[in-house]
Amino acid sequence: MSTAGILDFSYSLGAVLVMLMIFLSLIRALAGPTAPDRVAAINIMGTKTLIIITLIARIYGQEYFLDIAMVYALMSFVTTVGIAKYLEKGALD
Amino acid sequence: MTWLRIAVDILSIIFLLGGLFFLFVGTFGLLRLPDVYNRLHATTKCDTLGAGLILLSLALQSSLAIGIRLALLIIFILVTNPTAAHVIARAAYKTGIVPILSRRASDD
Repeated sequence: MSTAGILDFSYSLGAVLVMLMIFLSLIRALAGPTAPDRVAAINIMGTKTLIIITLIARIYGQEYFLDIAMVYALMSFVTTVGIAKYLEKGALD
Repeated sequence: MTWLRIAVDILSIIFLLGGLFFLFVGTFGLLRLPDVYNRLHATTKCDTLGAGLILLSLALQSSLAIGIRLALLIIFILVTNPTAAHVIARAAYKTGIVPILSRRASDD
């Protein structure tokens, strides 16, 4: 009885569950009454996408996916800050 | 040696399940809570902790080079996620969205 098979199955199931949580967050991004609701939901979806990328790097054994995850986190953060500044000031300057 | 391997695997599964639980609680709060500030309050902390737990569960399974990269990712999430939530809440407050408790007090 090896725990490695259980571990691989757990990571695959975890990636699928996080994907379902992304769809649940998409409900709030579509139906949010105000604009900051949508920005918050999209920020959360970015974090969950980062988790999915790292889980896929473990499942397929491709370690350079971690670099992609780092770049994705950076771009998600910069996008969120930019949209929030645009909401606050009405311009991006 | 093999008992140590099995113990690390069980610890990884426990961290993974904990991270999934916190991510689900954060998503549930994003769907069910009544206000922008309440939703930010729920999702930011739960998502930061859930992502940290899942990446820690992956770092227990990997070699040292990948573990350092995962630790960098954890530190990056711990820095940027509260900053993004703060910027969103500041934008919501500056654009005139009143928190729900103040709204009830001003209606009376």
